[in-house]
Amino acid sequence: MRTCWESFSGYALRALGRGYGERLLPRGTDISFCDQVALIGSGLIWNIYFAAVAIALGFFMATAVALARNSASPWLWRPAAAFIFTFRGSPLFIQFFFFYSAFVLLPRAGIEIPLGFTTLTLQTSALTTAQVGGLFVLILNTTAYSAELFYGALKSVPKGDLEAAEAYGMSGFTKFRRVVWPNMLRLAWPSYTNEAIFLTHSTTLVFLSAFPARQQSGEAFYYARYFVDQTFNPFVAYPLVAAFFVALTLAIVAIFGRINRRLNRHLPQERRAKFRFRPQYLR
Amino acid sequence: MFSYCADPSVLDGWWWFSCFLTSATHLDFYRAFGAVIALLLVTAPAALAMGMAGAMMLRSQIRPLSMLGRFYVNIVRGVPDIVFFLFVPIALGQGIEYLLHLVNCPDWDQPVRQGNDFLVCRDAKMPPVDAPAWVRNLYAFAMAILAFALVFGAFVANTLHGAMQAVPHAQIETAESYGMTRKQAFRRIVLPQMWLVALPGLSNIWQILIKATPLLFLLGIQDVVYWARELGAQKTSLYSYPHPDWRMWYFSILLVFYLLLTWASERGFSWLTRRLSHGQATAEGERLRRATA
Repeated sequence: MRTCWESFSGYALRALGRGYGERLLPRGTDISFCDQVALIGSGLIWNIYFAAVAIALGFFMATAVALARNSASPWLWRPAAAFIFTFRGSPLFIQFFFFYSAFVLLPRAGIEIPLGFTTLTLQTSALTTAQVGGLFVLILNTTAYSAELFYGALKSVPKGDLEAAEAYGMSGFTKFRRVVWPNMLRLAWPSYTNEAIFLTHSTTLVFLSAFPARQQSGEAFYYARYFVDQTFNPFVAYPLVAAFFVALTLAIVAIFGRINRRLNRHLPQERRAKFRFRPQYLR
Repeated sequence: MFSYCADPSVLDGWWWFSCFLTSATHLDFYRAFGAVIALLLVTAPAALAMGMAGAMMLRSQIRPLSMLGRFYVNIVRGVPDIVFFLFVPIALGQGIEYLLHLVNCPDWDQPVRQGNDFLVCRDAKMPPVDAPAWVRNLYAFAMAILAFALVFGAFVANTLHGAMQAVPHAQIETAESYGMTRKQAFRRIVLPQMWLVALPGLSNIWQILIKATPLLFLLGIQDVVYWARELGAQKTSLYSYPHPDWRMWYFSILLVFYLLLTWASERGFSWLTRRLSHGQATAEGERLRRATA
């Protein structure tokens, strides 16, 4: 049996691959409580990676899609609405399966795009890994959900603020950057916090679906499932992963709360938009 | 299915497809879509009942009961759902087997958990050891429904509780001053009015429930996802209709199926909202009254 310290040094970074710590995962009766804590904790690295990158990129894409959705031109708002409907109306679980089975059909050598003077080779083999392909699906998914929130917020930007901006002679991008966008973020932020929380929770689905976990490096819930399969005891690993996620959720609430305070700093206390934890599980 | 399908090697074009799409496994695939709908139709009332019980508990004047309700609602809502979906069926299954074990085999002296094994005596196995396959499937399906009802019941409880609070308190006071008891006031005043307030929340939960159904696959049930993977995979043997990797097409069918389902239920709920708004003292009810007058 390993000591607790050995478990941590062996498994705390195991999720990154075989080269980090022990090659093999603990098996059968050899599994100790510390193994479970260390390995599930190391899986959290990937949850944070998926969530952080998806939220960071999805944020800007969502702004663009929300603007397109809000535009008067049907060439812009119809595709945007269709995109939002497709990704919000179907289960994320099925989206993972669909995109994975589409990615494996791409040629392994990559797609060559002739540009005249040179040829651009798109590396497609990476798309079948969870770290790239799964992330791609998560980005599209959070883009659609956040775009819907931002679109709602765009529609409720105070009329007076827009008129004031015009009275000051602002127009076009200046007006957007200084008046529309900050207002949109401020209004959407409480629900966007919820979106970030549930995106983080749904990173547990990545390895549960089609994307394979190479070298047994997966996210926290992948390891929890591994332990339950090995020990046939759901009363340790699942509560552990739940506890880790509660901690992660609290961290997100803290970070987003700071941003919310900054976005609302010009408003009196009682007019500030407040965050309410509104679980809207499963996508 | 058709008589000309006996020898797939001589078929081509439309004939090949008509045989391929009516093979026994494909019929199972189509039935799995029915199973999704069946699951929704069974789970929705179950979750509604659980939610109603939860909301009544939250409202209860008896302190332990209201605390139990709060515990139920908060614990389920605070933990990633997927953990519950995988936890509940296993934990419940082991719990049932353990209880049966205590009842059926009182003279069993070994511990139930030995190392990594969960051992109960033969009579305590659930479903029974000699049960036919369909009983096993049904048992797994029932466990899944219980897990769904438990998780979604907590969401519904929260929504219904909020809706009950939203009914103007003055109306309840008026009812009581007319001599109604607490129960009567609840049944005659609160219950009929709360549904309209609860409807947006319930519609939301229903959409989430629809999108949760593919998780059946994780519980080892042969659902749409299982069949799409199975049928779409590359086939080489002559008698199983050889074809390349078609999984993408099968999953795009699932995507369309779920989009249709969410789209149709959105329409359904907006129709229901209009219906329930008739005669209500809300903006929509007022708009409907003006339209007819």
